[in-house]
Amino acid sequence: MMAELWLQFVLALDATIRMSTPLIFCAMAGIFSERSGIIDISLEGKMLLSAFAAASLAALTGSAMIGLVGAIIISVLFSLLHGFACITHKGNQVVSGLAINILASGLTVTIGFAIFSQGGQTPFLGREQRFMPLELPFIEVIESLPIIGPSLGVIYSEVISGHNILVWLAFLAVIVTGYVLFRTTFGLRLRAVGEKPEAVDTAGVSVSWMRYKAVIIAGILCGMAGAYLSVAHGGGFVREMTAGKGYIALAAMIFGNWRPVPVLLACLMFGFLEAIAARLQGVDLPVIGQVSTDLILVLPYVLTVILLAGFVGKAVPPRAIGVPYAKER
Amino acid sequence: MEQKLPRWIDIGLLPLINILAAFFVAGIIIAVIGENPFAALSVLVKGAFIYKGALGYTLFYATNFIFTGLAVAVAFHASLFNIGGEGQAMVGGLGLGLVALMLDPLLPPLLVVFIALPAAVVFGAFWGVIPGWLQAKRGSHIVITTIMFNFIAASLMVWLLAGMLMAPGQMSPETRSFADGVALAHFHTLLSYGGISVAKSPLNLSFVIALIACVAVWVLIWRTRLGYVIRATGQSEQAVIYAGHSPAKIIIITMAISGGLAGLMALNEILGVQQRVILNFTSGYGFTGIAVALMGRNHPIGILLASLLFGALYQGGAELDFEFQTITREMVLMIQGLIILFSGALAYMFNPLVTRVFSSFISASKGPE
Repeated sequence: MMAELWLQFVLALDATIRMSTPLIFCAMAGIFSERSGIIDISLEGKMLLSAFAAASLAALTGSAMIGLVGAIIISVLFSLLHGFACITHKGNQVVSGLAINILASGLTVTIGFAIFSQGGQTPFLGREQRFMPLELPFIEVIESLPIIGPSLGVIYSEVISGHNILVWLAFLAVIVTGYVLFRTTFGLRLRAVGEKPEAVDTAGVSVSWMRYKAVIIAGILCGMAGAYLSVAHGGGFVREMTAGKGYIALAAMIFGNWRPVPVLLACLMFGFLEAIAARLQGVDLPVIGQVSTDLILVLPYVLTVILLAGFVGKAVPPRAIGVPYAKER
Repeated sequence: MEQKLPRWIDIGLLPLINILAAFFVAGIIIAVIGENPFAALSVLVKGAFIYKGALGYTLFYATNFIFTGLAVAVAFHASLFNIGGEGQAMVGGLGLGLVALMLDPLLPPLLVVFIALPAAVVFGAFWGVIPGWLQAKRGSHIVITTIMFNFIAASLMVWLLAGMLMAPGQMSPETRSFADGVALAHFHTLLSYGGISVAKSPLNLSFVIALIACVAVWVLIWRTRLGYVIRATGQSEQAVIYAGHSPAKIIIITMAISGGLAGLMALNEILGVQQRVILNFTSGYGFTGIAVALMGRNHPIGILLASLLFGALYQGGAELDFEFQTITREMVLMIQGLIILFSGALAYMFNPLVTRVFSSFISASKGPE
């Protein structure tokens, strides 16, 4: 019984990591963009577009790698569009993000239908067209350890080993985001344009160019998120396959106060909720009975509202967020 | 020297250029996927206005957009960006449905309709007031809260419609049908009483209510003290405080009005067509309201025109789906995205160009001095 529960728990952790990966990519993208002062609600749309691009290219060329590169390019192009509207033309950042999200929903199905004639889906991708799980070495060695061997072995083989390369990249992205933002001059400037752009301008650094760089990085990360969904975690593109994950990532970013490690934890928490919601579907629990999965899945949104309202902790966004920078003459 | 543009350019020509830009890009995409953009446009127009019953459908869709567009516009006047129209409409529909389901065994249908109508407003307003209150009193950003409230509303609907509200013996997430007569009359039936025969369409009395709402919003925003204060709150909260009003109160009231208008959308879909509450009856109309408000420059007349355009797009889009092998309904979504992009985020992109052309035209007509 204990062993069975332990296994269930470990499998839930494994699912948590798989569910969290796209959230982590997108939330890091959001950190870069919003720390530079550009609101990015188009995480969802960029992820959807890049999921579509990745699956289409992988289907057409047979290479997951080309899919990933194409996903990143498409996502960056739409980031540049966002930048063009918000930075160059000082347009409303929320409106621009919304436009990209709606455009993404329409474009992916329209083009997908035209290319593949499968109702907006892409063909199912075979093993060789996807990023497959990587089995780590030493599983047997760890399992054969005395006493802790079996339980540690399960964790190692289920939770740590057996993920595709993009999962590893997502966790790497957190480290890189933290390093770039808080340990480099670039990061200092990037945070500064989001807090006090006039100071950066006075120092002779172009606010616009800094913000463009930030949205480009956000684009790259969203591209990876999309590719993960369609050519790594899944085997093809399905319409609306992001299903609000971009907004959950946005919530996680706010929840983690725009800081990489807390944001990572928020992503893992939201991923865990998704993982257990799938597991608890129709399961009778002792004492509490059946738990509605709808109520579990709505928690990220509810928790974010509560946090934003300042009832628990306080979310402090970058000071200059959402404000286009007008250079004084 | 930068020249100030005349009003007809600012509210007439520039929005038109922005829409044309959106359609131009859409045309390019249609050409890229291998169809003739002009043929598509002609089918779109015929499908929206000319085919039998088409106009009724176009006006039916436009009704949804008038409500959600007005909802966004009222909030915009107070500088509040209400993205939550979708959720507010859902909850409005829920309120309407609850009242109808509770009262239709007890009261005559007409009376039920009269009670259900304000229920839609009150429930929609309630779903708008919470984010408004959170913005006004707790400082949470209304954009983020309304996004979250859309998702919360969607979950609530799934939970209720697949749970306690689900009709017995049903498998799909929807309530039982309301009693006969708990509905808003269709135009084709009303006209047939007067001996006029028109093609069947779902166009119903909600359209009239939508037109009344347009007038009411115009009166509210430009002819009442409250409207004045709402607009002032959008301009400068300091001035409003100085004038002795509480911006927090105004924000909450504005969001109540905005949410109530969004809630009214449920009349058209639920009392007009379904006569029961179904899942996803809002199908994105709340978001389209943002495009409508942006295009209509937050003015009821502009919103009416923009709603007609979007109504035509939705109805004509269905026809496109029929007639072309490679075009689906989602084409409309794409055009909608492009319109939001050009009329919203890039609204002022063509300003410098138009200004240049205009001033050179003026100086040319004046001749050299």
